[in-house]
Amino acid sequence: MLGTIGIERVDELFADVPADVRYPDLHLPPALAEMEASKHLASLAAQNISVREWPCFIGGGAYNHYAPSAVGHIMGQPQFYTAYTPYQPEVSQGTLQASFEFQSLVCDLLGLDVANDSVYDGASAVGEAVLMAQRLTRRERVVLAGSVHPQWRQVVQSYVAARDVAVATANVRNDGETLSEPRLLDLVDEHTACVVVQQPDVFGHVRDFNGLADAVHERGALLIITTADATSLGVLKTPGDWGADIATAEGQSLGLPLQFGGPWAGLMACKPEYVRQLPGRISGQTTDHEGRRGFVLTLQAREQHIRREKATSNICTSQTLLAIGITAYLSLMGPSGLREVARQSHAKAVYAADRIAALDGYRILTPRPFYNEFLIATPLLGPAMRHHLVGSKILGGVPFLHHEAGFENTLLLAFTEQNTRAEIDLLVAALAEVAA
Amino acid sequence: MTAAERVAPATPLAPGQKVEPLLSELSRPGAPSHQLPALDVPPAEDWSSQLLRTELPLPELGELDTVRHFTHLAQRNFSIDSNFYPLGSCTMKYNPRVNEDVARLPGIAHIHPLQPDETVQGALRIMFEMQQLLADITGFAAATLQPAAGAQGELAGMLMMRAYHLDRGDTHRRKVLVPDSAHGTNPATAAMAGFVTVSIPSDGNGDIDLRKLEAELDDTVVGLMLTNPNTLGLFEKQLREVTAAVHRVGGLVYGDGANLNAILGVVKPAEMGFDCLHINVHKTFSTPHGSGGPGAGPVVVSKALEPFLPAPMVVQRADGSFALDFDRPKSIGRLKGFQGHFGILARGYTYIRMHGGEGLRRLSETAVLNANFLRALLKDDYDLAYDRSCMHEFVLSGRRQKTAYGVRTLDIAKRLLDFGIHPPTIYFPLIVDEAIMIEPTETESRATLEQFAAVMQQIAHECAETPDVVRESPRFQVVGRLDEVTAARKPILRWPRGNFGQSVT
Repeated sequence: MLGTIGIERVDELFADVPADVRYPDLHLPPALAEMEASKHLASLAAQNISVREWPCFIGGGAYNHYAPSAVGHIMGQPQFYTAYTPYQPEVSQGTLQASFEFQSLVCDLLGLDVANDSVYDGASAVGEAVLMAQRLTRRERVVLAGSVHPQWRQVVQSYVAARDVAVATANVRNDGETLSEPRLLDLVDEHTACVVVQQPDVFGHVRDFNGLADAVHERGALLIITTADATSLGVLKTPGDWGADIATAEGQSLGLPLQFGGPWAGLMACKPEYVRQLPGRISGQTTDHEGRRGFVLTLQAREQHIRREKATSNICTSQTLLAIGITAYLSLMGPSGLREVARQSHAKAVYAADRIAALDGYRILTPRPFYNEFLIATPLLGPAMRHHLVGSKILGGVPFLHHEAGFENTLLLAFTEQNTRAEIDLLVAALAEVAA
Repeated sequence: MTAAERVAPATPLAPGQKVEPLLSELSRPGAPSHQLPALDVPPAEDWSSQLLRTELPLPELGELDTVRHFTHLAQRNFSIDSNFYPLGSCTMKYNPRVNEDVARLPGIAHIHPLQPDETVQGALRIMFEMQQLLADITGFAAATLQPAAGAQGELAGMLMMRAYHLDRGDTHRRKVLVPDSAHGTNPATAAMAGFVTVSIPSDGNGDIDLRKLEAELDDTVVGLMLTNPNTLGLFEKQLREVTAAVHRVGGLVYGDGANLNAILGVVKPAEMGFDCLHINVHKTFSTPHGSGGPGAGPVVVSKALEPFLPAPMVVQRADGSFALDFDRPKSIGRLKGFQGHFGILARGYTYIRMHGGEGLRRLSETAVLNANFLRALLKDDYDLAYDRSCMHEFVLSGRRQKTAYGVRTLDIAKRLLDFGIHPPTIYFPLIVDEAIMIEPTETESRATLEQFAAVMQQIAHECAETPDVVRESPRFQVVGRLDEVTAARKPILRWPRGNFGQSVT
């Protein structure tokens, strides 16, 4: 090979690299053989408690729902996971058709007629939706409900940070009995691009948004509804039903492993008239010269590789493999399966809430109805509560807002179809023990 | 027999091979769905009907038909596992299987991002060590693993550069300089971060034009976004002059690490004047590209930018334990719902640990050797965009085939499909006419490279002798060339609403 190239040594190929910094020392640990690496990683993995080992009541934006075995096997097809972006549609019809199917399912779940092939996660989906609303309305101000996931609100702040945009947040208060949120519409003015709400909200409360969309639209702004646990869409009214202009969701609940935070997929849909401001990849149906149906990446004039600084977003990858997993999950579950996941998750949460409400020292703060998650007032500080539960071999709850006044002694608990009655009874007993 | 004849699959589809139906068309009402265990608590419907949806339009297939459908779809893809895939700028190297096994361990795949630190010490240690490994490989002071992909890493970098200037009371900087050979993500990111981009032309050698760069340098410059090796596969010859010039006016230099695969253990970007750099874990450290994602885009930074890294960071406490640290007052904040694409990072960590420093350097040398070997094999049949030795990729131009025979680069790409080869990146970088950007990677054998060269040479001959064969390709795929114009003019972006169990074709 060297002879063909016309050199004698490989390092001649690096002649353009400044000589004084060429071939530096790397202080990496010595290379491991596959067998050694495999054992090393297994030992590191064993230092983690998985949600398969201990009962898990942690939600807060990621949920321990069950994924049928076939989902992982479908995502594990090498011709999906070792392919890349379908730049050559003739040899990427598998990916493109799966993306088209994913978009169709996202439309149906969210109740809107256009969706993209996913963005990074539920949090960045809200960030992108806000930027999209700013472009559509040519307004800058953003109104966020305080009942939107706090970490998602932080991501929105980062996405709009550079524009020095005013972000108004309607902070939720805890009066010790229940939660209350100031009227969002009072924050909406003539500079407001959008109002962002979450359903169910971050405390698990299923909100009644009747009239909200009309009121927001009257003020010339757009309504964005986001969802953290997408299984709730198996039973709850869709964002489209509530009149949302843009809807987003975290897709993790739909068959994706928790993986300590990702990769998952952000779902994003909008009204058809807004499609040219939708960021991210989109697959569209077309035909070949013989009239056969096929799929291509389409409306690419929105994207960075064509539009550069005028693009709708800088996003370049999508979460296609995860979108394929979600598509497979929804196909395996069907309408009855997804509805059952939602009903069981809800029933387990109601069972748990009724028991916890009866304990001394605890109170359910989330107003009813809730979906599968609720905030409780606790006798000890949130982090201390969680520590006690670890002592009982329970992964129990999130002390989400414990640094905010009024929320120091609270814990957010989540339930899924995977939590058995015995596990819930164990949690209730452990909580009773702490109070005692 | 030429190597090309040996590799041509030339397997036309069986006559009548059908379009794969959509899930909605395969749906059969009443097909068995996945069964949950019986509910073991009292049923509860604790909500009024006005909160509930009235219909749930999902397909019904059952497990076997779902698996079969996705198997059929997978068979319609080219992939690294089935085809040579020299897609320039994307580093389509083989993905070692052990990384997949690691990612599926229960202690990696099934841990919740909000678990108490004491229950995820192994995961936090992987992340802490990954931060250190990446910083060492690139020569920087610190790393964040949070960004989801390269483009989000760019956004993190731009926001940190913005925070750095503002923290110094330097409020008038608005201009981000971007070479004309850059990926589209660079100007798009600069715009997203609220800056104005200024395009800097390349010179006749494919390097950034230093004189034109200097003409734009003033105290309104936020910084320069620079890919090195650049998208032409060339190592910037005057790199240190470039970074020094930007620093002289108080600007910073952002490194797009898309092409890091060429220089692992060869040079540390921090030692050439970069202030921060994103790393595409899915390229350099060989995690699967997943049909277009997920990736992971950690960012490494200098000491000066460290205070602005996104929160949380993974730290080691005095007692040796690991924790997520949210106490970062100057941080740009958060870009992801949680702490990054851990599933991807765990694969990349395994890959780095299996290579070690020496192994990483050897892989970069092999990647560069393979690219130069291919370049030498192809330089007579196609025009070289720049006639100098390349790094891990190189750019050809199909201008000769276009002018002399009316065969476009797109046609050449489609003809490659007939030989079972995924085409290189085409029409990028934008500054090369009829660009063909080839990145073979270090994982391909000499025999594969020679077969590819033989196919490319054969296609060059076809362009001259039987150009219609090239223009009418591909002939052996499940679909022919698709009508992209109609797709964009009359977009069909979903299956018909509520149309289950019926074919619409």
